[in-house]
Amino acid sequence: MNDLRNLVSTLVDKHGRDEESLLPILQGIENSESYVSQEAMVEIAKELNISAAQVYGTATFYSFLSIQPLGKYVIRVCKTITCSMHGKNQVISELENMLKIKLGETTSDKRFSLLETNCLGQCHKGPAMLINDEPYTDLTPEKVREIIRDIQQKEFAVN
Amino acid sequence: MKVNLTIDNIAVSVDEGSTILEAAKQVSIHIPTLCYHEDLCVAGNCRVCVVEQTGTNRLLPSCAMPVSEGMDIHTNSLKVRAARKQVVELLISEHNAECTRCYKNGKCELQELSSEYILGDNGFIDLIPFKKYTIDNFSPSIIKDDSKCIRCQRCVRTCTELQSISALTVAHKGKEMKISSFYDKPMYEVVCTNCGQCVNRCPTGALTEKIYIDQVWEAICAEDKHVVVQTAPAVRVALGEALGMEPGEIITGKLVSALRRLGFSAVLDTDFTADLTIIEEGNELLQRLTKVLKDGDTSVKLPMTTSCSPGWVKFIEHTFPEYLDNVSTAKSPQQMFGALAKTFYAEKLKIEPENIVSVSIMPCTAKKFEADRPEMQSSGYKDVDFVLTTRELALMIKQAGIDFLSLPDDEYDSIMGQSTGAGVIFGATGGVMEAALRTAYEVVTGREVPFKNLEVTPVRGMEEVKEATIKLENVLPKWDFLEGVELKTCVTHGLTNAKKVMEAVKSGEANYHFIEVMACPGGCLGGGGQPIPTNLQIRQKRTEAIYQEDRLKAIRKSHENPEVQKIYEEFLKEPLGAMSHELLHTHYTVRNRQ
Ligand code: SF4
Ligand code: SF4
Ligand code: SF4
Ligand code: FES
Ligand code: FES
Repeated sequence: MNDLRNLVSTLVDKHGRDEESLLPILQGIENSESYVSQEAMVEIAKELNISAAQVYGTATFYSFLSIQPLGKYVIRVCKTITCSMHGKNQVISELENMLKIKLGETTSDKRFSLLETNCLGQCHKGPAMLINDEPYTDLTPEKVREIIRDIQQKEFAVN
Repeated sequence: MKVNLTIDNIAVSVDEGSTILEAAKQVSIHIPTLCYHEDLCVAGNCRVCVVEQTGTNRLLPSCAMPVSEGMDIHTNSLKVRAARKQVVELLISEHNAECTRCYKNGKCELQELSSEYILGDNGFIDLIPFKKYTIDNFSPSIIKDDSKCIRCQRCVRTCTELQSISALTVAHKGKEMKISSFYDKPMYEVVCTNCGQCVNRCPTGALTEKIYIDQVWEAICAEDKHVVVQTAPAVRVALGEALGMEPGEIITGKLVSALRRLGFSAVLDTDFTADLTIIEEGNELLQRLTKVLKDGDTSVKLPMTTSCSPGWVKFIEHTFPEYLDNVSTAKSPQQMFGALAKTFYAEKLKIEPENIVSVSIMPCTAKKFEADRPEMQSSGYKDVDFVLTTRELALMIKQAGIDFLSLPDDEYDSIMGQSTGAGVIFGATGGVMEAALRTAYEVVTGREVPFKNLEVTPVRGMEEVKEATIKLENVLPKWDFLEGVELKTCVTHGLTNAKKVMEAVKSGEANYHFIEVMACPGGCLGGGGQPIPTNLQIRQKRTEAIYQEDRLKAIRKSHENPEVQKIYEEFLKEPLGAMSHELLHTHYTVRNRQ
């Protein structure tokens, strides 16, 4: 709790107390904690003198902010129309099959989270997805299998 | 600068900067709206108010679009009608349109629109089965039913612009977008003050007060129950609106008649305990002044704030908990009444308090929460059993088949039914301050408050923050330490303004002795439980009516109320005495800011 308070106050000192600072502060929390917790929202609201609900509203609006703890690898599949029409659903079912989780969930080993997001600006190469900050395009179920297998192998090698 | 345009071929000239909607109103053309509300900023999100401009292809949202010279507007073209119908169809496709089971049935803006546009069966597919809507009915004051929400955001703007609380926000986006509290917690658990301003502005049944009508009917019909009812000052200048009358009519006599016809055992008046509040709170102010200015006691806090608005009380508990010692400990008139009904009144009438059911008619949804506070049981029972809003009472009158307009005037019962003009003006912003000054000034100086006709005009009206400084001169010997003191008072209404005042107090910028705060714009007469619509014009009409009622009263100072004098003689003994402390004063709770 104290760590969190320190983190929030460092971010507030850095970005300022205006309402415009809310987004960069939330991003800062997301970067260090991997998600924005309820406690963090309350703390931010206090610092910026806005309501906790307002922080919650902003945090739930952006798909790049998460309000739940996420896995080490966060997969965000574009759900916007172009990718949708190019087979995003097959991409998602492939991921669900491989990871044994449903959309919105995190694997029990906390390695992978599977989410949807809005247009990634890669429409000409859809379907597209992000794994953490890395974009992957022109996806097919096969390509998805390869990508995930690579990551899994790397992970097992580490352990 | 005037701008000329035509609307449906009628020429109209309006001020520059007016919207098309305002211009249309001027020539009595009605354009439907949903997200628009006179009291709020324009959101322009529902698109039901679209109109067509000759020469352009786009339809314009009339609530947001300013007029320009030479515009030729059509509000009812085929294109406009088709667009509006489509908006309504889309809303209904996600709306749990069970009108027959809805409290808003017959009073709903969405329902009215759907009936005007005759929605057939060939609408969009019904999305309700796919939505996971929830109802939050944990609060004693407010029910939030997401299946009735059209996401017009009037509530969000109300809570932010008028109240600076932002208990409600827009969360998520796209098809998941919803109106939500923090973490979608029950309204009961968050910073919501229960003021009901959002309820008063919600066009549908998504936000409503919690209804206690059936419980009240049951009590009335129970043989062994003595059901007393009290009526708040602001109800008598607003109830008529919900029963077909124009805003600003005083219907006190008909109100009493109607309540008697409904079968209440005794029809009594919150105005009586408003007068009593003035005695207790006025004495508390003088006591605080004595302790601070004379005895130099630093444990006693100034400025003192009023405590009769439960929305304000909950707001300060959440937002400025370090100032709870500044809030007057005097209970609100509703709760003083409740505590006395099951003690003093019960003794007088020789009725067992457990057989008394105490009901109050309030312009307010926060009063329901107040009555439910665990500390409000000083009679040994729940002091006020059921709180009904002005709207709920109007519905009961309709249910009973009473023709309100033709009712004769009737008088309140005694005891606890007599009141003064000072009690009546509690319903308007500035009223408590004015009533307190009428009494306190006279206590200290022995003379009437130095305003023509006792009308303390600086504290009246709709200005956001009103200040009045009253110099105390030639005081009575007992109050010699107050000689020459300038009593600094401040009056504010709406929690956005209250927040500003408290921030000024906190920064040391303001040094008042006494602050009156009403959570609702205009005071209780603009309360969340009042008839819908409520807007500035209507609040002004109700205000005029309240001051009119004051002028007509034979007695206009709380300390001259004979029943109040008698209750001190017979029961309470003295202001701030032991009995008062037990029954008429309370304490507050620190709450978090979630
Ligand atoms: S909110 Fe209005 S339209 Fe919806 S069910 Fe209730 S009355 Fe009908
Ligand atoms: S709750 Fe009512 S006021 Fe709020 S967005 Fe929904 S329909 Fe509009
Ligand atoms: S009742 Fe008042 S405080 Fe609560 S959500 Fe509505 S407007 Fe905000
Ligand atoms: S639609 Fe998927 S990246 Fe643009
Ligand atoms: S009323 Fe104009 S857009 Fe909603």
